[in-house]
Amino acid sequence: MAKTLAEKVWDAHLVRRGDGGEPDLLYIDLHLIHEVTSPQAFDGLRLSGRDVRRPDLTIATEDHNVPTTDIDQPIADLVSRTQVDTLRRNCHEFGIRLHSLGDVEQGIVHVVGPQLGLTQPGLTVVCGDSHTSTHGAFGALAFGIGTSEVEHVMATQTLPLTRPKTMAITVDGALRPGTTAKDVILAVIARIGTGGGQGYVLEYRGEAIRALSMEARMTVCNMSIEAGARAGMIAPDDTTFDYLCGRPHAPRGADWDTAVAYWRSLATDEDATYDAEVVLDAADVEPFVTWGTNPGQGLPLSAAVPDPEAMTDPSAKASAQRALAYMDLTPGTPMRDIRIDTVFLGSCTNGRIEDLRAAAEVVRGRTRHPHVRVLVVPGSERVRQAAVAEGLDAVFTEFGAEWRHAGCSMCLGMNPDQLAPGERSASTSNRNFEGRQGKGGRTHLVSPLVAAATAVRGTLSSPADLDPVPA
Amino acid sequence: MEPFTSHTGIGVPLRASDVDTDQIIPAVYLKRVTRTGFEDGLFAAWRADPHFVLNVPAYSAGSVLVAGPDFGTGSSREHAVWALKDYGFRAVLSSRFADIFRGNAGKQGLVAAQLEQTDIEQLWKILETAPGTPVTVDLADRLVHCAEFTCGFAIDDYTRWRLMAGLDDIGLTLRHAEDITAFEAHRESWRPRTLA
Repeated sequence: MAKTLAEKVWDAHLVRRGDGGEPDLLYIDLHLIHEVTSPQAFDGLRLSGRDVRRPDLTIATEDHNVPTTDIDQPIADLVSRTQVDTLRRNCHEFGIRLHSLGDVEQGIVHVVGPQLGLTQPGLTVVCGDSHTSTHGAFGALAFGIGTSEVEHVMATQTLPLTRPKTMAITVDGALRPGTTAKDVILAVIARIGTGGGQGYVLEYRGEAIRALSMEARMTVCNMSIEAGARAGMIAPDDTTFDYLCGRPHAPRGADWDTAVAYWRSLATDEDATYDAEVVLDAADVEPFVTWGTNPGQGLPLSAAVPDPEAMTDPSAKASAQRALAYMDLTPGTPMRDIRIDTVFLGSCTNGRIEDLRAAAEVVRGRTRHPHVRVLVVPGSERVRQAAVAEGLDAVFTEFGAEWRHAGCSMCLGMNPDQLAPGERSASTSNRNFEGRQGKGGRTHLVSPLVAAATAVRGTLSSPADLDPVPA
Repeated sequence: MEPFTSHTGIGVPLRASDVDTDQIIPAVYLKRVTRTGFEDGLFAAWRADPHFVLNVPAYSAGSVLVAGPDFGTGSSREHAVWALKDYGFRAVLSSRFADIFRGNAGKQGLVAAQLEQTDIEQLWKILETAPGTPVTVDLADRLVHCAEFTCGFAIDDYTRWRLMAGLDDIGLTLRHAEDITAFEAHRESWRPRTLA
């Protein structure tokens, strides 16, 4: 029977097919762990006298809480320090590999897995973090889980799961210059809504997706959860294999050839069908920004703040009214006129080397707008080192940006990197929820290109809005 | 897990859609390493507003939350479920739940009951007209009762069975330990390992 990519990976991991309404039992190939959603799971194991079944399929890193400055000092926030210390003790006790602050492999869990070559096509990957969908860019079935499920995977290396439906998101044609993977995914979410993907695994397809680099594909899959889908996938191809080849945990020699042959077989069969299909034309995608307090409330940068009175759906209207009050925005204001206080470049959505390169190219030789604070936070220590080797750190610091160490940072403000009440950001992260980046903070989600141009002009902007760099 | 058959408690009308998990419990409350004591983080930002529904005395002892569509979107934090439970909620009613939240609720004995939006609107009207009205969530019959109003709700059969029996998921899976071992015996040797 013809199958989709998601169905092939699902079926290859069936430990036991559920009968009589019972869920299927799926084997998990890779379990990623961080300090926030794991302590209660380790406690659960201890209470029930259970062990971690496969420490060799488990890896941990410190990312959510960690400071991005003075990382050689003890963590100043005592509660954060306790949580990080708890992870260290737990990993030691259960024999789990951990990349701690200061380690060259430390960083955001969704940046670390791919760069180590642990994330591979056809795997099942889970983590107690909803942005685990990132790993779907390799053709893995990857999704976020809660702490009870973290404990379940630790104890059994499996999860009971109900088979999801499949949705194809086809992006035809070619992206226009100045538009990026971030603009594509923001446009997708605006189209299908924050609940549109609930119950589905998304598969991104089409010419525009095939043309994306691995890092750009990760940006797209990362935000699948913002459309309500637990997982988003892209079929593996030569771009995937080129990225993986030679990475520390990629197969080698004859194993590599066996693996690639298997990976090629994972693409959706030509006559397979999806439960739902959405088609976008890449040529219609413009630089996209959000105006509201959920990631579906987005518009092209060329548009103006919408008028809730013009909305027909009562739920959307109420949500928009509430969002505009929180964001302190007036309908009809051109998005380009919105003044920004802080630009945040980083996160598991846009904290990889290509993101830093793209932003550096925009700010190189230009001057930061005096009222804008700019934070550049690499997604991992490896990304940071690569950027330093290319001289990007100097570009950012000469521009007037703060060049930081790796972590989740201002994406969710669990560490000191937060917005003050009323402060407004242009952020390359993934969520513009009320208070997400700090209590009372206001977030506009943007691409790295828009973030960089905004840092120059002081209002939401794209590179096309900038004056040429003086010779 | 404590078995759940039926629960009756004060209904709390939360007239909002897209109640994301950052609203249910902001990230700053996630730093604890315990599994209890998260009630102070529940809707922390909204509770600063004296007019927020849980600050109204008639609703403050509520245990059945009646919310708008797309409840629990965003982060995978199970702390959102713990915060609701620690506050005293036993059930959340909504016309649409985020997948991860729904799963987390089921693991922790919090009933996530899916109603038609028109039924949610009806419940909001009753609870706002007569604050403090109890709502009964009958899991056995999949029915919600509130004053003279009754409606059905959806919840998947397996979750309902597990909630009613109060069963531990890991224990259920370990009944199939032999199947897991058999699966592992056939896994490709080139699949990645994190340890040397």
